[in-house]
Amino acid sequence: MALRPGLYGIMAEFDDATALVAAAQRAHQEGYRTMDAYSPFPIEELHEALGSHHTRLPLIVLIGGLVGCIGGYLLQYWSSAIAYPLNVGGKPFHSWPAFVPVTFECTILAAALSAVLGMLALNGLPQPYHPVFNVPRFALASRNRFFLCIEAKDPKFDLEGTRRFLETLGPREVTTVAD
Amino acid sequence: MAPARDMDDPLAAVVATGTPPVIAPGHTFGTVTDKISSIVLTRKTPLGWWIGFLIAFAITNMLLVALTYLFFKGTGIWGVNQPVGWGFAIVNFVWWIGIGHAGTLISAILLLLKQTWRTSINRFAEAMTLFAVACAAIFPIVHTGRPWLAAYWLFPYPNTMNLWPQFRSPLIWDVFAVSTYATVSLLFWFVGLIPDLATLRDRSQSPTGRVIYGMLAMGWRGSAHHWYRYETAYLLLAGLATPLVVSVHTVVSFDFAIGIVPGWHTTIFPPYFVAGAIYSGFAMVLTLAIPIRAVYGLEDFITMRHLQNMAKVMLVTGLIVAYGYLTEAFIAWYSADRYEMFVPYNRATGPYWWTYGMLILCNVLIPQALWLKRVRTNTILLFIIAIIINIGMWLERFVIVVTSLHRDFLPSAWGNYAPTRWDWATFVGTIGLFLSLLFLFLRFLPMISIFEMRTILPEAKVDEDLRVI
Repeated sequence: MALRPGLYGIMAEFDDATALVAAAQRAHQEGYRTMDAYSPFPIEELHEALGSHHTRLPLIVLIGGLVGCIGGYLLQYWSSAIAYPLNVGGKPFHSWPAFVPVTFECTILAAALSAVLGMLALNGLPQPYHPVFNVPRFALASRNRFFLCIEAKDPKFDLEGTRRFLETLGPREVTTVAD
Repeated sequence: MAPARDMDDPLAAVVATGTPPVIAPGHTFGTVTDKISSIVLTRKTPLGWWIGFLIAFAITNMLLVALTYLFFKGTGIWGVNQPVGWGFAIVNFVWWIGIGHAGTLISAILLLLKQTWRTSINRFAEAMTLFAVACAAIFPIVHTGRPWLAAYWLFPYPNTMNLWPQFRSPLIWDVFAVSTYATVSLLFWFVGLIPDLATLRDRSQSPTGRVIYGMLAMGWRGSAHHWYRYETAYLLLAGLATPLVVSVHTVVSFDFAIGIVPGWHTTIFPPYFVAGAIYSGFAMVLTLAIPIRAVYGLEDFITMRHLQNMAKVMLVTGLIVAYGYLTEAFIAWYSADRYEMFVPYNRATGPYWWTYGMLILCNVLIPQALWLKRVRTNTILLFIIAIIINIGMWLERFVIVVTSLHRDFLPSAWGNYAPTRWDWATFVGTIGLFLSLLFLFLRFLPMISIFEMRTILPEAKVDEDLRVI
């Protein structure tokens, strides 16, 4: 199937979450892989129905937390014991129990920043332009409508065939999405 | 909706038991979206909003005047002096930061405990957290007297003097705890807002609104892959915020407990401070939620169930706080240390006896009315009790800071403390700042999480039988 220039994919609009999950499952069974579903709220089953894998985000957060933990501790060790050793009440320069609270806070801070920035980066956000917004009815994806879009990049994509397939899933409407 | 589906629906089951639901029946994805977003997207700003905002903004200007004069003259304009070097500034700091804790508790801990009733109150409770932390942060910065010098005392950065902060001091721990808390609260709040900003972008009628909400939504399109990572990130943030919120007030209590001043040097402080923080925070959420739901007609979303649950949380945390007061007195007696034993005696009979008496009245005695269901279901009584608890918790910090300092070991070093008009102007000014920010939030951002409200509707559930066609 040759790629058509200016075509991003074909999109079907559904009335409820169940219909969207069912449609995503059917499309996956049919062999479609490059597709995405859009909903106004997170649907647990949808990600699985599309045949996607786990996210690497927890690993990113773990690494971020460890970096914050080690970095926070080293900052205190270096500044209190090496760069600016100051005798406070006869305590050792490397007084590790006193360094626990700041180490903890640095861990949380770095982990939280990695969670948010990691989520945005993996999702490719901020993204000022995306073809799905070319469909006027897509504005309802943030209100009460559910969309399934099979992309033209998919090897099984066929303008007529895919459209006919989507029509069989009981959608409200099927539209082509300009790139 | 088919009757058969009602049986499986947890919300319908709740209605059958007589407990009010977390969302009134009859709502759909569309009505929830329209009702919450219309408050923001309506072109006409209500007159009441303008009146409220202008009053709050005028009070904020009083704060600016008070701070300008403070920077011009120095902390001598306040009532602080030897031996009470920590006056209103620290009382207000602890009070405000405590109020913030309820927002994180509602958004993070109740999320992890899968309490769906949190959904309609978490957004504005988180906003309340942010604004309360902003008000709190003003005080430790300005109480240094020369805040333009405070940067190198507080933050570790390579400076030309080769000086580094003192990491063995709880005051530095506090800087890290509060700044981390402010950052993580902001992240949590903003991440929660992204899908709703996309809703506002798609529904806004004005080009400016579309551009601004569009930029803030960052191109969110509700993709299933995005939602999956989003939920993972949100859950991880909740997991991180939970120990964080407990640590923040613990570290704030270390500011006192690590000192040797009688009345401060006690191990009950961390848990008792955390309980007190949640207590005052829920009182503030109720103080705000009761008028807001009445003015904006949000009784469908912030139902009696929410108000009752918050009343119960206040009752429990209030009892923990009361236990803290008892333990303080008991340990003072049990220590057999004359200076420690003098503290409760002086609190009850010294020059500030009336603040201690009012504190017990406001925090321990009056809130016991919440045992009665009649009180918990009466919004006016709940509102009054919430205000009383706010006052009581402020007095608690006043008692801790002032009565401990004004009578320490040597009678020759005893003294008294009285706030000046500038102390009052700064304190009341931060209330103005808090309310101004809250008014702006109510006007420009959805005060209830729209996408989370959609998930608690019965129709959001995917029907297992229909899934495989």
